[in-house]
Amino acid sequence: MEITVKLFAMFRIGRFAAARKQCEPGTVPADIANGLNIPEKDIGIVLVNGRHARLDHQLSDGDTLSLFPLVGGG
Amino acid sequence: MDKILRVDMADLSTRIEAVPAEWAGLGGRGLTSTIVAAEVPPTCHPLGPSNKLVFAPGLLTGTPAANSGRLSAGAKSPLTGTIKESNAGGTSAQMLARLGIKALIIEGAPTTDAWYSLHVSMDGVAIREETELIGKGNFAVIEAVESRLGKKTGVLTIGPAGELKMTAANISVKDPDSKIRSHGRGGLGAVMGSKRIKFISIDDEGAPKVPIADPEKFKTAARAFAKALLDHPISGEGLPTYGTNVLVNILNEAGGLPTRNFTIGQFEGHDKISGETMHDTIVARGGKHKHGCHAGCIIQCSQVYHDKEGKYVTSGFEYETIWGLGADCCVDNLDDIAVADNLMDDIGIDSIETAVMFGVAMEAGILPFGDGKGIIRLLKDEIGKGTPLGRILGGGAASVGKAYGVTRVPVVKNQGIPAYDPRSVKGIGITYATSTMGADHTAGYTIATNILNVGGFVDPLKKDGQVELSRNLQIATAAVDSTGMCIFVAFPALDIPECLPALIDMINARFGINLTGDDVTNLGKQILKTERQFNIEAGFTKEHDRLPEFFKTEPVAPHNAVWDFTDAEIDEFWNF
Repeated sequence: MEITVKLFAMFRIGRFAAARKQCEPGTVPADIANGLNIPEKDIGIVLVNGRHARLDHQLSDGDTLSLFPLVGGG
Repeated sequence: MDKILRVDMADLSTRIEAVPAEWAGLGGRGLTSTIVAAEVPPTCHPLGPSNKLVFAPGLLTGTPAANSGRLSAGAKSPLTGTIKESNAGGTSAQMLARLGIKALIIEGAPTTDAWYSLHVSMDGVAIREETELIGKGNFAVIEAVESRLGKKTGVLTIGPAGELKMTAANISVKDPDSKIRSHGRGGLGAVMGSKRIKFISIDDEGAPKVPIADPEKFKTAARAFAKALLDHPISGEGLPTYGTNVLVNILNEAGGLPTRNFTIGQFEGHDKISGETMHDTIVARGGKHKHGCHAGCIIQCSQVYHDKEGKYVTSGFEYETIWGLGADCCVDNLDDIAVADNLMDDIGIDSIETAVMFGVAMEAGILPFGDGKGIIRLLKDEIGKGTPLGRILGGGAASVGKAYGVTRVPVVKNQGIPAYDPRSVKGIGITYATSTMGADHTAGYTIATNILNVGGFVDPLKKDGQVELSRNLQIATAAVDSTGMCIFVAFPALDIPECLPALIDMINARFGINLTGDDVTNLGKQILKTERQFNIEAGFTKEHDRLPEFFKTEPVAPHNAVWDFTDAEIDEFWNF
């Protein structure tokens, strides 16, 4: 299946802002993070299609996964 | 801090008083709200002689505690008609604390057309007539006061907006670079203007260090506190790198970024105004992506933004301002927004109220959505000059809505709603509705837990848990606002167990007392109840704790969320 992965703030450094990724059904955000060398402990916010999700959320074809480090406030 | 300074602008007299016993344990917002509630008739006209303008440093201000240099300013608000406290960084708070001034209370109003300034020093406070600087912008005032009295002089000033008593007028505070921080919301600049005070200068020459009862205990607690601030990813890394503007992309992804006067939850141009873009632009142009608003700030969430030629444009370039003039007004040009930010500093007008106002103004047809240059022109030529249109615009979002027959006016208790849509971030909607000060995001910043996963997680799209979340945060915030601490210490305080005890230990070591966590919670509750009681006597009822009608009936994309709390559910907030 194909998903869109969006990275923000420091996660973009040495990686990308947005990219399409092919992955197996049953892939979860933790798998995507591992594949990008993003340590789980650095992840602040996980959004799937704009809603908060857990790292073990089952992704579906066409989903948008957004990953943010712990940043922000104001 | 052992004295109260009183200034009577009716007979131009000043007094130095001892601190009454019942005020001894208070500081910051706890003190300003107590004084306003005790001494200001709740039904008075906020621009009349019975209102009082109270400045108070926090309980820890002036000590070596990190991030403790905030000043509280309080009065009855001319914008909302409620009680109001606003706190700001800058250089004044620590100077007042070192001078031993627990509160500066300004009462009465002159009966002549003269203007004045106040000068605060080791000798007390003096009232001086002022002519040269009347009508001048805040930057000119700061420059002139430094040239008259010395570069280290502290300055609190109002711009033309405050002189003209516009209800969106703020009070500006000189920062360590002689630029500006703001007591932004609630129209306190108009109150200072109604007392015909153009600026307050502060000279702390000869002031001793702030006394600490148990220096060893203080040092240990201060070290633990600072460590927590630096260890937490938000206060230690995120904020100094990206500033608060990192929130643009976060709220945009979550569908809570109010766009086009609160009609959509996402903005097409978000990337051009994001924190990431701002960071890269600042670095490329030789500005500073991290910057502190007061001495002793180790979070450094502020920044210095330069233009293409590398010249200073503005500093303290906040998420709310960029969201408002950006997404809410559909302007995707960060340079235009920066110029507007600096103009608002100079004119002395709240950047949140003014941004929400421009969204309503665009819906009213005064200028087109997306017209960044038009915003700059209206600021300079209308608001800055006090033309009749400028006075309507300078009255804030509700003022423009009323004058132009707009129904989509995002305000609570007449104050503009900030940068988080309450339909898709329901916790902040409860804060907007119930805060004693009108639509106020910092009063109980549920964004931390609704969006940022700080202090746990409460789903922003569901009603469950929001009232309790907002209540706990509003109580805690009222207490923190009394210490002189920057509210961003809340991030580590919510996640790192050592942080809050260290803060309490510092207060105990400073005064030689024994407060517990429960005492701090009770302080917060007490402050909220005092404020609410003032509002009730001013004529407010539970019917004012509501969001505008359109939030219930207009779903906001992409989640198509509406504001669906019943009145009874909202009113649960006050069950404590």
